Amino acid sequence: MKLLEMNHVQKTFDDLEVIKDISLSVEKGEVVSVIGPSGSGKSTLLRCAVMLEKMESGDLIYEGRYAARDVNGKSAYADKNELKEIRGIFGLVFQNFNLFPHYSVLKNITDSLIKVDKLSKKEANERAMELLKQLGLEDKADAYPYQLSGGQQQRVSIARALAKNPDILFFDEPTSALDPELTVEVLKVIKELAAKHMTMIIVTHEMQFAREVSDRIIFMEDGVIKGQGTPEEMFNSEDSRIREFIGKLS
Amino acid sequence: MSFGTILFQLSKGLLVSVEIFVLTLVFSLPLGFIVAFGRMSKNPIIRTITKVYISIMRGTPLMLQLLVVYFGPNLLFGIRIGENYRFIAVIIAFSINYAAYFAEIYRSGIESMPVGQYEAAKMLGYNKAQTFFLIILPQVIKRILPSVTNEIITLVKDTSLSFAIAQAEMFTTAKQISAAQTSIMPLMAAGVFYYIFNAIVAWGMERVEKAFSYYR
Ligand SMILES: Nc1ncnc2c1ncn2[C@@H]1O[C@H](COP(=O)(O)OP(=O)(O)OP(=O)(O)O)[C@@H](O)[C@H]1O
Ligand SMILES: [Mg+2]
Repeated sequence: MKLLEMNHVQKTFDDLEVIKDISLSVEKGEVVSVIGPSGSGKSTLLRCAVMLEKMESGDLIYEGRYAARDVNGKSAYADKNELKEIRGIFGLVFQNFNLFPHYSVLKNITDSLIKVDKLSKKEANERAMELLKQLGLEDKADAYPYQLSGGQQQRVSIARALAKNPDILFFDEPTSALDPELTVEVLKVIKELAAKHMTMIIVTHEMQFAREVSDRIIFMEDGVIKGQGTPEEMFNSEDSRIREFIGKLS
Repeated sequence: MSFGTILFQLSKGLLVSVEIFVLTLVFSLPLGFIVAFGRMSKNPIIRTITKVYISIMRGTPLMLQLLVVYFGPNLLFGIRIGENYRFIAVIIAFSINYAAYFAEIYRSGIESMPVGQYEAAKMLGYNKAQTFFLIILPQVIKRILPSVTNEIITLVKDTSLSFAIAQAEMFTTAKQISAAQTSIMPLMAAGVFYYIFNAIVAWGMERVEKAFSYYR
């Protein structure tokens, strides 16, 4: 089943065409890594997918539901209620975590469950504690984000996203704000999710990680997908540009 | 006039000063938010109006604004003003003046919030009102508290400007007694009162800042 489908997506920032006619689809359970040089449009593509940016043209479809439909070369977005429901299908983990500093770890996770998803406080707490335990953070429930290391903060933000029970999870360079030692603990969590067949799209510069975790790697450059395939295919690509890029970073 | 009588007179004046202080805050703190939102509005007309309003409030003396508010209705429109309008004029002038200062503080606080906080809230499904009141506002308040404290302490001293329209608060009273007695003592005593008033305000604000210091 296709969880996500993007067709002929195009995005410009004042005259600068950042995403040029990209199409891609992601199957349930698939782990897709997006790699490519800085400025190639990886984050923008992700932000279009999670509707933090509006596409100029193209379709955006989650589980067969149109978040945006291309009408005569313009993306027409669905109405507010439909978009609200579609937003519940996916979650996003940010590069710099974006935890709420004034909330405890537990409240960062439970607050939206209670106020948005209308769970009881008890249910929300149980779900949050369960996740914190999985991620080895149960003793941090009452801490505030500033009291945690970057790696712990990123794991909390993953827990926060997972608590919403998304069908698909996006990551935008989840470890590039972290020291190498802390990177490992976050990548481990993502690998565990992959092993449980969580559908994920991960923008990353960690080639070895992408190779281990992905079913498919997409290489982007200048706002287009220049190549994609299994990790083996990509690491042994015919395309010298892809080989060179991967070689430089691994 | 005995020392005790002078202190009694000053205390009565102080009570009025405190009243001006409290009422000004009651009106200007919330009004500042409305002005700040006007200043950040997408509508260019609202934005320009609030911008001009703020620049006039900050660019002209508060004493002059006070005179305009007090005498304006009569001099401009021939409205007869009663004795009780004096105090009302003080509150109006102070409130609209301080609202402008608070608005700029609020605005800079709101604009200093990283966009990631809004984006994280959006990804978690918070609506606009929830995002503002649950996520943004509490953090903005923490950020702006030091600047708000500065303004509030200035307000304590600014209440003395009401002497310009002869509102009988502490400074006006001290000046009258001082002139009548040809003594500097009432003014010095008033100075001590202002100092204590401010020390209490500063202490209170410190407590508020402490209450927000559980996170960074
Ligand atoms: N909000 C914006 N306004 C204007 N230009 C933008 C904006 N966001 C991104 N861009 C531009 O779009 C292009 C693609 O940026 P994007 O962040 O998607 O690249 P990226 O592949 O994620 O790069 P990196 O690996 O450095 O994160 C860049 O040229 C960038 O300057
Ligand atoms: Mg990026």
